[in-house]
Amino acid sequence: MWIVVAVLGPALWPYDPLIQDFPRLDAPSAAHWFGTDELGRDVFTRVLAGARVTMPLAVLLVGLSVAIGGVLGLAAGFFGRWVGETVMRLTDLVMAFPTVILAMVVAASLGASLLNAVLAALVVSWPAYARVTRGLVVGIREADYVLADRLLGFSPLRSLRTDIVPMVTGPVLILASLDIGTATLLLSGLSFLGLGAKPPTAEWGSMVAAAIQNFDSWWLGVFPGLAILTVVMAFNFLGDALRDALDPRTAGELGKAETR
Amino acid sequence: MRPLVSSPLARYLVRRLGVSALLIVGVTLVTFVLTNLVPGDPVAANLGQRAAENPETVAAYRAHYGLDRPLPVQYVTYLGNLVQGDLGESQQTHRPVLTDLQSAVPATLEIAIGAIVLSVLIGVGFGVVAAVRRGQLADSALRVVSLVGISVPTFWLALVAFYVFSFQLDLAPGSGRLAPATTPPPHVTGLYTLDSLLAGEWETFGDALAHLMLPTLVLTLYTVGLLTRFTRSAVLEVLEQDYVRSARAKGLPGRTVLFRYVLRAAMVPILTVVGLAFGALLSGTVLVEEIFAWPGLGSYAYQAASHLDLPAVMGVGLLVGVIYLVINLVVDLLYGAIDPRVRVQ
Repeated sequence: MWIVVAVLGPALWPYDPLIQDFPRLDAPSAAHWFGTDELGRDVFTRVLAGARVTMPLAVLLVGLSVAIGGVLGLAAGFFGRWVGETVMRLTDLVMAFPTVILAMVVAASLGASLLNAVLAALVVSWPAYARVTRGLVVGIREADYVLADRLLGFSPLRSLRTDIVPMVTGPVLILASLDIGTATLLLSGLSFLGLGAKPPTAEWGSMVAAAIQNFDSWWLGVFPGLAILTVVMAFNFLGDALRDALDPRTAGELGKAETR
Repeated sequence: MRPLVSSPLARYLVRRLGVSALLIVGVTLVTFVLTNLVPGDPVAANLGQRAAENPETVAAYRAHYGLDRPLPVQYVTYLGNLVQGDLGESQQTHRPVLTDLQSAVPATLEIAIGAIVLSVLIGVGFGVVAAVRRGQLADSALRVVSLVGISVPTFWLALVAFYVFSFQLDLAPGSGRLAPATTPPPHVTGLYTLDSLLAGEWETFGDALAHLMLPTLVLTLYTVGLLTRFTRSAVLEVLEQDYVRSARAKGLPGRTVLFRYVLRAAMVPILTVVGLAFGALLSGTVLVEEIFAWPGLGSYAYQAASHLDLPAVMGVGLLVGVIYLVINLVVDLLYGAIDPRVRVQ
């Protein structure tokens, strides 16, 4: 449902998310379902608008993590030796460092903006994919059908493309779909700390943060938070369903714990 | 008689510690490179605007923190000081980072320990129940609970909890570790609850405990969700094993099978996740600490990161890195205690 909201976008918004025409800090009413905020903006509209901010970025973040982690993991698993060692030690390093703090440092030093928050989150989230991919590749590298094709004269690249990548894609995608929820939480958390979206943007995390200033007006924080909760739940549910359908063994759960 | 277990174990320990030491150095290197590669300037972040416009002040500032020297020299100097137990001076608080950490860590530990203990008790219990009652009502209900647990944004939950319980219902005290009028107990461990008990100050103990309650419970929810899900799948996997069926066929009572056979085997993967979760709790308290104005590691890290306070960031990173590695080591050693197959290697 949130995807529909994000795609339809402005067509659904009762008001303009940035317009400040309404009475300030009005409690929820028929005209303003979720009330209005400290600048007289309609909270319902801003929550809907927020769907177009956080969700695409979370998907982008996971996509990039899969791409970077996947390629490095493939290389590490397939070529082994020093390539593998280098990549794996690199993931060790990043993973030994506390995720949130590392992301905070990167975001703070790049300056507050949503894209920088994505970059910061990317720095901490690719290693999980590199690990999983490498583990899978190492498992099938010596499989008979791969060796047979190599003996038939497949070049390493061709073998990688036709024999290995298709086998790895499924589990990695499951992990990725489970990870979008986590990515949403991380991004909105960074925004909450003021390291992501800048003020006028209707981003859920920063809306919750702004609500602290007006503690009496509970509707400011509650609704954006519920939006995050429901979106993350939906993605987690989707990921669960995908995993149950495609992979009876739970390959994703460990990797998920590690990324937090 | 058991053969000499200690010698392979000792060798294993030495190797693990060696690898850990390398990783720690790596952690410092990552922080150092990252914080220097990116375009932020610590001088501008820490000096006021007027001070930053005065070239002399800036030069003096740089000289004081050694920022005027080439990067490799800065890094080697840092490592040299580190070996002597000197983590440098925070550019924010102007105190040694070690001193700052000593006051921040117990605050965070107090929440994190409470949260992990509660989470293990509740989460593993829930997970076992869900696995045993697979497909029944209890399983579905717990599935929803755990899904909510891992999906809820902690910063938001903290805010809502604070609003409802402190602000509206007045059931929980306000932010911070103690009420403003209460004096902290004499410093022994830095954990206010423990210190006040040791000093016999019951009122302080009650106050500290009341302040701990909300942040701990908020953090517990996520970990409970994680552990419930994981325990459920770990237990389910073991339940399908042949030896469990044999045990049942032998006529052993269900409880015995569950606790002596199933849970023991499932405990190995569960322990890994508990270890990871505890590490994540230590660094993941940032958002919750911000809301409850809790002067712990998370708040300190946030302050340090947003002001590009390099020595402080490195200090926090190093500390959490060390804790992570220690936890992993402990978990791996516990494997040996639980699972004899691991011991053989």
